[in-house]
Amino acid sequence: MNQSAPIQIVFRNIHKADSHTLAVYLAGGGYKAVVRALARTPEEVIEEVKKSGIRGRGGAGFPAGIKWSFIPRVSHRPKYLVCNADEGEPGTCKDRDILRYDPHRLIEGMIIAGHAVGAERGYIYIRGEFFHESQRVEAAIRDAYAKGYLGENIFGKGIRFDLAIHLGGGAYVCGEETALLESLEGKKGQPRVKPPFPANVGLWGGPTVINNVETLASIPDIIEHGGAWYASLGVEKSTGTKIFSVSGHVNRPGNHEVAMGIPLKTLLETHAGGVRGGWDNLKGVIPGGSSSPILTRAACETVTMDYDSIAKAGSMLGSGAVIVLDRSVCVVRAIARLSRFYRHESCGQCTPCREGTGWLSQIMDRLEAGGGQRGDIELLEELCGNISGKTICALGDAAAMPVAGAIRAFREEFVHHVAHGRCMVE
Amino acid sequence: MEQELNDNAPRFSPEALARTEEIFKRYPPEHREAALMPILHLAQREFGGWLSPEALDYVARFMKLAPIRVHEVASFYTMYNLKRVGRYHIQVCTNISCWLCGSDAIVEALRARLGIGFGQTSADGRFTLAEVECLGACVNAPMLQINDDYHENLTPEKVVGIIDQLP
Ligand SMILES: Cc1cc2nc3c(=O)[nH]c(=O)nc-3n(C[C@H](O)[C@H](O)[C@H](O)COP(=O)(O)O)c2cc1C
Ligand code: SF4
Ligand code: FES
Repeated sequence: MNQSAPIQIVFRNIHKADSHTLAVYLAGGGYKAVVRALARTPEEVIEEVKKSGIRGRGGAGFPAGIKWSFIPRVSHRPKYLVCNADEGEPGTCKDRDILRYDPHRLIEGMIIAGHAVGAERGYIYIRGEFFHESQRVEAAIRDAYAKGYLGENIFGKGIRFDLAIHLGGGAYVCGEETALLESLEGKKGQPRVKPPFPANVGLWGGPTVINNVETLASIPDIIEHGGAWYASLGVEKSTGTKIFSVSGHVNRPGNHEVAMGIPLKTLLETHAGGVRGGWDNLKGVIPGGSSSPILTRAACETVTMDYDSIAKAGSMLGSGAVIVLDRSVCVVRAIARLSRFYRHESCGQCTPCREGTGWLSQIMDRLEAGGGQRGDIELLEELCGNISGKTICALGDAAAMPVAGAIRAFREEFVHHVAHGRCMVE
Repeated sequence: MEQELNDNAPRFSPEALARTEEIFKRYPPEHREAALMPILHLAQREFGGWLSPEALDYVARFMKLAPIRVHEVASFYTMYNLKRVGRYHIQVCTNISCWLCGSDAIVEALRARLGIGFGQTSADGRFTLAEVECLGACVNAPMLQINDDYHENLTPEKVVGIIDQLP
C-alpha cells in the first residue's frame, strides 16, 4: 500500500464539528465494536488484538495483546484497567487531541479492554494541566453511563464496568506506569521496583493493565475491522497507524496520523509542510520525544518511522514526538534544556538518577555558558554510563540517552564549546 | 486581596462538600485515601488558588489522614501551590518545542509588561509568573497557561494583548 497517504483511524472523527459528543460518535458508527466484542469471549478479543500486532503507543512499544494476556484469568483481588493520559514527554501532544475531540473512542476502547482482561473498574489518569480536556472526558463518561454503556449492566450483558478519571498533579514521572499507580492511590508518584509487574500486582495490589490513550483508542477499529486488517497497515513489526506530533522548525507543525513505516522525510516534507528554510536547512530530528537520541540530517534522509528502522539509526520511536531542529540551533543548548528538565523531574529515590541528572544538567549548563573544561565530554559519557540501566525506572535512561546521543551525533559541536567557550552556530 | 491575608479557618462550602461526595464515589470505599489528590485540587480552587498550612491541615482532618501524609503529597506535585499566587497564575512553557519556536521572546515580553520575573508575584497581587515544563501542546508552540486556560501559537505581541485584556 501507499505508505505516505494520510490514513485516519484514531483521528477519523476529530475534524467533524462537535466530534466530542455522543451523538456525533454514534453517527460515525461508534459503540458498534464494543457490542461485537461483548458477544465474543475475552480470549477471542485478546486473540484479535494480538493479531493486529499493535504495540503500545506510550513509548515502550510493548505489544498490547500480549500485555493483556499476562493478566491472570482468575484473581482473588479485583482487576483494573488504567489509561495513561499523563502525556508529559516533551514534544508529545497527541493524546490531548483524542481526549478533547474524541473521548468516546477512548471510552469504547476501554470497555473492550476491560472485557478482555476481566476488569470491572477502569481509570483514566489525566495530567492535571489538562483541565478542560478532563471536563470533556468527564462529560463523555456521564453520557456513557446514562446510556448504560458503563455501570453495573453494560449493554444489558450482565457485565459491570465502572470508569472514572483521576487528575495528576504536574509530575512527569507519574507517566511511568508504577508511579502512576502510586499517584492513583493518593500517594507521592515514586515508581515501584519491578518485578512484580502491574499485570500481577498493580493498583491496590490487583492485576492491572496500563495502556496509553492512543493504544486504547485504536482498539474499536481493530475489533470492527479485524486484527488482520490492522496488521495490513504499516509494516512488519510496526503495524497500523501512529500519530506523530511534529513540532519545532517545520512550516506546518501538527499531529499527523499516518501508516507506520512512512519515511521521516515524507512525514516532514509532505505532511508537516517541510523544514523551515528547506530540507538543506535541517540540522537534526529528535524522532520519538525528548528521551530519544537525536538523528543527524544524513540519518533523516533514509530512516522510516517504525520501531526497527529508528532503532537501527540509533534512536527510538518512543511516543512519536518528532522534534525538528534547523541549522540555527545549538545542539548543546537544546540538550542542556532537556537535561534541566530531567533533573527537575527526577523523583529522587535512586542515587544514580537523583545525583546523575543533577550532574548532567550542571555540566551541560557549564558547556553551554562557555565554562566547559577539558574532559567534560568524557565525564558526560561516563555519567550516562553510570545512570543507564542502574535505576528503578526508565527516567534515568531517559535523561542519559539524549546527552549520549547528542555527543555521538554532534561531537564536534561539544568539542567546539569546550575549546572556544562558545557555540559554532550562534 | 485583604480578606485573603487574614486566613480564617478554611472549610468546604456546601457545593464543595457535594463535589467531594462525587469524588469519593470514584474509588472503592476501602480505598478512600485515593481521593486525596482530587480533594487537594478542589481545596486549592476553593481556598483562593493555593494551599496554606491551615488548608492542608483542614484537608488532613477532612480525609482522616495524618497531616504528614497530606504535606508529603502536596509538596511532591508542582500543581499544588504552597505559596500564595496572584489572581492570574501565568505559567510559561520553555521546554524544547516551545523554546525552538521562540519562548525566550515570550518570556521577555512578559517580564517587560509585568515587571516581574519567574517565581515572583506583582505588588498588586494580580500576577504570578512561573516557568514550567512541557504542557503537552507542543505543536502549537510557543504557549503558556493562565489559570485553567491554554494560550497557544503565541507571539510577543499576542501575549501582551492577552495580558492587557484580563479583567
Ligand atoms: C519517565 C516515564 C514517563 C512516561 N510517561 C508516559 C506518558 O506520559 N504517557 C504514556 O502513555 N506512557 C508514558 N510512559 C510509559 C509508561 O510507563 C507505560 O509504558 C505506558 O503507559 C504503557 O502503555 P502502552 O503499552 O499502551 O504504551 C512513561 C515512562 C517513563 C519511564
Ligand atoms: S530513575 Fe529517577 S525518577 Fe525513576 S525511580 Fe529512580 S530517581 Fe525516581
Ligand atoms: S514543549 Fe512547550 S508545550 Fe510541549
